[in-house]
Amino acid sequence: MTETLNLKPGQIKGTSGIWEMVIGLEIHAQISSKSKLFSGASASFGSDANSSVSLVDAAMPGMLPVINKFCVEQAVKTGLALNAKINNISVFDRKNYFYADLPQGYQISQFTKPIVGEGEIIIDLDSENQTVVGIERLHLEQDAGKSLHDQHPTKSFIDLNRTGVALMEIVSKPDIRSPQEAGAYVKKIRSILRYIGACDGNMEEGSLRADCNVSVRRPGDEFGTRCEIKNLNSIRFIIQAIQSEAERQVDIIESGGKINQETRLFDTSTGETRSMRSKEDAHDYRYFPDPDLLPLEFSNEWVAEIKETLPELPDSLKKRLIKDFGITPYDASVLVEEKEYTDFYIKAANGVDGKLTANWMITELFGALKKENLTLENSPVSPENLGKLVGLISKGIISGKIAKDVFSEMMISKKSPAEIVREKGLEQVSDDKEILKLIDKVILENQEKVKDYLGGKDKLFGFFVGQVMKLSQGKANPGLVNKLLKENLK
Amino acid sequence: MSDFLKLDLLGASIALKNKEISSVELTNAYINAIEKTSSLGAYLDVQADYALEMANRSDKKIQQGTAGPLEGIPIGVKDMFCTKNIKTTASSKILENFYPTYESTVTQNLWNDGAVMLGKLSCDEFAMGSSNETAAKGNVINPWSKTNPMSPGGSSGGSAAAVAARSALAATGTDTGGSIRQPAAFCGITGLKPTYGRCSRWGIVAFSSSLDQAGPLTRTVSDAALMLNSMAGYDVKDSTSANISMPDLMTYLDNSIKGKKIGIPKEYTQDGISQDIMKFYESSINWLKDSGAEIVPVSLPHTKYALPVYYIIAPAEASSNLARYDGVRYGARNEAATLDEMYELTRGNGFGDEVKRRIMIGTYVLSSGYYDAYYLKAQKVRRLIKEDFENVFKNVDYLLTPSTPTTAFELGQKQDPLTMYLNDIFTVPASLAGVPGISIPVGLDSSGLPVGVQLIANSFDEPGLINVARTLEKCADFNLIPDGAAK
Amino acid sequence: MSSIKSIVDIPTVNKIARLARLEILEKNKQNLTNDLNNILEFVAQLNEVDTSNVEPLASVTGHKLPLRNDEVTDGNIGELVLQNAPETSSGFFVVPKVIE
Ligand SMILES: [Mg+2]
Ligand SMILES: [Zn+2]
Repeated sequence: MTETLNLKPGQIKGTSGIWEMVIGLEIHAQISSKSKLFSGASASFGSDANSSVSLVDAAMPGMLPVINKFCVEQAVKTGLALNAKINNISVFDRKNYFYADLPQGYQISQFTKPIVGEGEIIIDLDSENQTVVGIERLHLEQDAGKSLHDQHPTKSFIDLNRTGVALMEIVSKPDIRSPQEAGAYVKKIRSILRYIGACDGNMEEGSLRADCNVSVRRPGDEFGTRCEIKNLNSIRFIIQAIQSEAERQVDIIESGGKINQETRLFDTSTGETRSMRSKEDAHDYRYFPDPDLLPLEFSNEWVAEIKETLPELPDSLKKRLIKDFGITPYDASVLVEEKEYTDFYIKAANGVDGKLTANWMITELFGALKKENLTLENSPVSPENLGKLVGLISKGIISGKIAKDVFSEMMISKKSPAEIVREKGLEQVSDDKEILKLIDKVILENQEKVKDYLGGKDKLFGFFVGQVMKLSQGKANPGLVNKLLKENLK
Repeated sequence: MSDFLKLDLLGASIALKNKEISSVELTNAYINAIEKTSSLGAYLDVQADYALEMANRSDKKIQQGTAGPLEGIPIGVKDMFCTKNIKTTASSKILENFYPTYESTVTQNLWNDGAVMLGKLSCDEFAMGSSNETAAKGNVINPWSKTNPMSPGGSSGGSAAAVAARSALAATGTDTGGSIRQPAAFCGITGLKPTYGRCSRWGIVAFSSSLDQAGPLTRTVSDAALMLNSMAGYDVKDSTSANISMPDLMTYLDNSIKGKKIGIPKEYTQDGISQDIMKFYESSINWLKDSGAEIVPVSLPHTKYALPVYYIIAPAEASSNLARYDGVRYGARNEAATLDEMYELTRGNGFGDEVKRRIMIGTYVLSSGYYDAYYLKAQKVRRLIKEDFENVFKNVDYLLTPSTPTTAFELGQKQDPLTMYLNDIFTVPASLAGVPGISIPVGLDSSGLPVGVQLIANSFDEPGLINVARTLEKCADFNLIPDGAAK
Repeated sequence: MSSIKSIVDIPTVNKIARLARLEILEKNKQNLTNDLNNILEFVAQLNEVDTSNVEPLASVTGHKLPLRNDEVTDGNIGELVLQNAPETSSGFFVVPKVIE
């Protein structure tokens, strides 16, 4: 047990020693387009089965694909945001396989010549540590339809509403070493996509899904055989699935077995992965360039035009927040996770202590919103009021402890903190005379303890502070209480 | 009645516009002719009532002076074109009950210009064949047949037979490796394959997407020009469609070809070609020379590799294009307990032998370990073939070649797939290069079967191609009607 | 790389037929195998051609891929989409049960 405490994240202690995970992610991000990648049917669904379907999506004989310009732009934008190489010529290939929700019998994807090549992103692991994850490529492809298997004992039902919706597949290099890193990576990608508006990042609705390639090895060894866990739609599941899959692989290898390269599903009820039966067949996708489409070509000028439209991205914003507000890199990384967070923070921290504002926003506000199931968008506490609250603390008008009560009241009444403080008489007492009165009372009532303290029991100092604060109903200025107590306990 | 059938498309069009005849009369004559020639098996589906309804509408338009260029002209449609609410099967069992809810761009263009739809014409299954023998509904018989029934060629065999038998004034076809030009040659009519991208592929059942091209089968070159005028056009629904406008071909028909350079490729006259065909080929060369053209011997060195390239690329694309016929959304289905079994039975039963053979070849050449050796290699040689044409068109304006190595053969004679594939030896190179080609009849061989020659032009030079073809047509003056034609 | 040499046997035919989801009757397998070998032998002529500096050609069209604007112009034609289907139920296509 003590040994496990020394394990780094992503390491597993087996019976034969320490193992390390090697993880690569394929993220499928649904592009926030109005229509599908190759057809004019609506890309938003939720409506009746087979309603957002064109004859092209249903792969009727003689139907042909025509590509959506917006989707191409979003892929280029994302590539730029991932610091990746944009390929001015890319090719659409057909990936051939049979499945009920794949009407054409092939998926139009990009194989040898994707629209975006290598890039990299920086991810924050905790307050101190960052790591770089390489991007292998980004390509455009069609989503498949949906099969419902639980409607009938011997039949499956097919809905093609999702068929042909535009996806960007973002493939990482196998640079990820722990489930936590994987989680942070997905968060970072999601954040970038939302910043630039390429994808809404909604994981519950499937707008962002990840396939996780997991293998284990002795630290520093060659890569082991990997398994691919398909279609994970929450960061929590990604973390769980990787951990349990890596442990499964260690168990197999240590008991003398070999890992089969295969596709697996994560069972959310057991927290374990299992082999996918429908994918048992040896795969041979027979990729070849789609003869219904020509190579996708665009100029450097067009890429430059798209670059102009990019908003400030998380990494740059983060640097700006650290520089302008003096906050820690970790706090900054949390605050740039979503564009709305950053906007809120910049408003709140305007003219007040940036560090304190970050603390309050990340710990108190986010905590309270989560508890109430609210988002920042409909937060009862406005950025201005959060800033004012921080101002009251900084100026010593209220103590941090009182501030928490004021904040709770703000969550309910939406009132400004000054108003609440005024109404409830919560102003901090910073008057020497008032506090000295309380100190005298405490010393008088605790003669024994004063003796002990003066006799060397230094620890008792905290007790006196506590008593004075209690007498003041928390309103006494703690700094002042400290100072005056030290002067008077002699 | 017979007078109606004597009119070619251009003649009928003039007679209609001059109100000498009505479209209803003309259409009735053709419905009659279809009945009389039904033993040829050219039609899979006759739309007599619908045709008369359209003819009626055309007559009104002619009366009102709002007639389109093809107003009232009864034509047949190859069953590869999806026709709205009219059964479309691609001559395959797997689509035996498919009623498209949409109309192909090319046929829509024809109806917009006033053409009248007689019905759907047989072809090789999914256009895969050179004899029309792979059609699920049985053979089509060449109206030029003597004692034994002969093949009309393929895959547009029904289209060629119907036009030759006077049971359609013109027909649409599709050409992937020669499927318009070869049957036109076998049936003694004109068949034009336009430049790849000239006609939209939208709504045409796909065989090999990088090669498929629609075109007309007609009695004369002028008729082909009239048909292509209507069929061609840029279509935003087809990403491979060319946004290059085509001038009115009719205005090019009778230009002089004086000084035009006609290339005679040496690779097209080697072994296996029949004596009679060589004789007419030589006459054709002389006719063009007499018309003022300059004859230039040329070489397209990679010609012999065109068929091997074609028999990799076309099946590869087909294996993927035909994956959608899976019994889920349309077409025939064989019930089974599991999805995979359903797929295998449906496709095993629904496709005929030749289609299965090509799906197998196509799947094989794309499969892991073989892709580079077959598919990629074929794509590279395809570039060399295309470059052959680009090079030769730097020096000459047109190429003249035989259309086929032999004239029509008896049905059932060529059992071996490879022997069958050799039929397309002269038509496949232009398909691979994407350039336009036309086959026109120039005479009868010693057995009384039509001989065709092919003219090939550079990409998008259909006007010039039509001009030279018309010149040659006038010289050859071929105007014989087969015994099997409606009278 | 590009030396074409392959002999198809019945197990290969089975494998390819499986990939292509084609039922091939047992009695036809030998003939099909022979046909495939003949065709593959025929296309092997391409080995004679030196293509070491040749780029593969996928399309003969000289133009660029056209891009369409992102507008909803299609869909809501459920009836037409389902009209030719062998089996449907409440707006869905129906197939034999798929086990994942
Ligand atoms: Mg994947
Ligand atoms: Zn993907």
